[in-house]
Amino acid sequence: MSRAEILGNIRRGLNRSEADTERQQAVQNRLACKPSNLIPQRAQLPAAEQVELFKTMASEAVSELIELDRFDQVPSACADWLSSQGIRELVSASNSELRELDWSPLAQQQIEKTERVAQAGDLASLTLSFAGIAETGTLMLHSGEQSPTTLNFLPDNHLVVLYRSAIVGVYEEAWKTLREKFGDTMPRTVNMITGPSRSADIEQKLQMGAHGPKKLVILLIND
Amino acid sequence: MQINTPFFKQRAHDALADANLQKALGNLKAGFPEKRAIAVSRMPEFEQLRDQGRDLKNHILEHLDLYLEEFERKVIENGGHVHWARTADDANRIILDICQQVDAKTVTKGKSMVTEEIGLNDFLEANGVQPVETDLGEYILQLRHDHPSHIIAPAIHLNLEDVSEAFHANHHRPKSSDPAVLMQEAREVLREKFVAADVGITGANFCVAETGSTIIVTNEGNGDLTQTLPKTHVVVTSIEKVVPTLEDMTLFLRLLARSATGQEFSVYNTLSSGPRREGDQDGPENFHVVLVDNGRSEMVGSEFQDMLRCIRCSACMNHCPVYGAVGGHSYGWVYPGPMGSVLTPQMIGIEKGGMLPNASTFCGKCESVCPVRIPLPKLMRHWREDEFEKHLQPKAARYGLAGWAFLAKRPALYKPYTRMASWMMKAWAGKNGRIRTLPLAGGWTDWRDMPAPQGKTFMQAWKEQQKAGGQQ
Repeated sequence: MSRAEILGNIRRGLNRSEADTERQQAVQNRLACKPSNLIPQRAQLPAAEQVELFKTMASEAVSELIELDRFDQVPSACADWLSSQGIRELVSASNSELRELDWSPLAQQQIEKTERVAQAGDLASLTLSFAGIAETGTLMLHSGEQSPTTLNFLPDNHLVVLYRSAIVGVYEEAWKTLREKFGDTMPRTVNMITGPSRSADIEQKLQMGAHGPKKLVILLIND
Repeated sequence: MQINTPFFKQRAHDALADANLQKALGNLKAGFPEKRAIAVSRMPEFEQLRDQGRDLKNHILEHLDLYLEEFERKVIENGGHVHWARTADDANRIILDICQQVDAKTVTKGKSMVTEEIGLNDFLEANGVQPVETDLGEYILQLRHDHPSHIIAPAIHLNLEDVSEAFHANHHRPKSSDPAVLMQEAREVLREKFVAADVGITGANFCVAETGSTIIVTNEGNGDLTQTLPKTHVVVTSIEKVVPTLEDMTLFLRLLARSATGQEFSVYNTLSSGPRREGDQDGPENFHVVLVDNGRSEMVGSEFQDMLRCIRCSACMNHCPVYGAVGGHSYGWVYPGPMGSVLTPQMIGIEKGGMLPNASTFCGKCESVCPVRIPLPKLMRHWREDEFEKHLQPKAARYGLAGWAFLAKRPALYKPYTRMASWMMKAWAGKNGRIRTLPLAGGWTDWRDMPAPQGKTFMQAWKEQQKAGGQQ
């Protein structure tokens, strides 16, 4: 059987037996304590500067940033941005926070909003980000009842709401928050997204919009 | 994939004379190394990260069996399945089996070198399942019935015109030479494939034992569509990719993108931890991980164990003067460049792969950029020793070396011989000191002149310097 052969080969190579308590202890320790490795200085900053770093790095990755004072400004910001692109539809995550907003600004600009998973041909989606990571201007989203993953990848344009207070310095802080929220079992998927889709597979020349969204718009709420 | 490694010499010769290939390779030389250098200069702790990456990989390899068991336990706990494949054939059969269980007609594929290694596409096709590559580079290659020549930039050997022709022939649309139009075409054609596929197959950059997650690191988003839309997601990966925790994965993510494309971070870093959960509205219903060995477990405890640290970033080939001159296809199998020169003999045998560890100038550039500090030149030398011990080298090389060793071990012969050879070469070269042809050295002089030895031999110079009291 392959499994026994592979593990047996490894143990023979290491000259160790299965019942090697010292090695087992080392493995259990590392899994339990989850020691951090070197964390770069770059993002170890006061909160306000972390937000500035996030904005700089996100822009460098070609994300568009729209800053809003309040969460209830999201519908009008979506309406304005979609109109500027000539888009008349928006697929939203079936998220209770988003649902409670007053979406009349969309209707005023003849934009239709639906709540569902994404389908091929969708032009724009709206989701909520779990965290923003200043180090590289990265959004962290996770799957769940209220946040279908297809919305992050299939539509041509992806609009993401991010609270200023959800911005952390480094990935390690986001893992900590994720563990606090989910305990031992991770959500099915965690997506770290840094800018819109791109490829340099033709003559090493970078082109934006390969298979994922061609534009990534971050609606940053200065809560 | 057919093994053409024994023909390295001829293939390299042809590659040097191929103007189109040389043009395409020019894009590589100007691109990746410069971008990496900028990314590294922006991360002052990069050298420390490399040290930690090396040390952490060593820790993992010393506990590889245990971390694999932990990873397996956690995947199953998440509702997924783990399959162990000793050989390429085992892996192919396992994957086909999964496809047949769900009556799959087509499978979409994210970029995966392990599936190239096991020859999955041909196997699936021969058994009635149509694989569709979705990474733009891999898709271009599939249309051309071609294979990747680089582990992260698979179509680097092609020019715009090649892509334009391949798309024109297959998409039945007006021919375009605009890369943006071509990419949009691929986007539209592949969108239907993503939605129609029954199974999505991806690789994994790392497997996290703590959470039972696999992660893919991409820029296009095709991997995410591949693994999110079909009912079944199959991750095909290899046993050395396991890491203990999310923190440990993070260390390697900080090294990977910077070493590979020179990006601060790739666009999509996606963790998959099992099938869709109760209440989820999308995502695969079945989640399988196929752990491929294919010779790796035999490297544990051997002189090649260090190679198992490799995170497949491609920095070694991006900086290699040999790769840059002859391209990836010259290497004749799946993995090119310095990392391929070490891995290939392990996977296809030194009898067939012996040319590769010799295809090196031993300049050491590969080791100097490796994010996990693999001593690639040293490992290539191990293969050369192995090849020598097994009497696999060509007779000329063997007798040549034996002749040289005979002389070198006898100073009374060696000194006058080298003095004479140096004098004769100088005389042969004439006034300008350049040798245009030299018996038995056509491999050198066909391409460039050989400079004639200047001045005294090393031994003469050494003696004189000693006499002068070590002064210059």
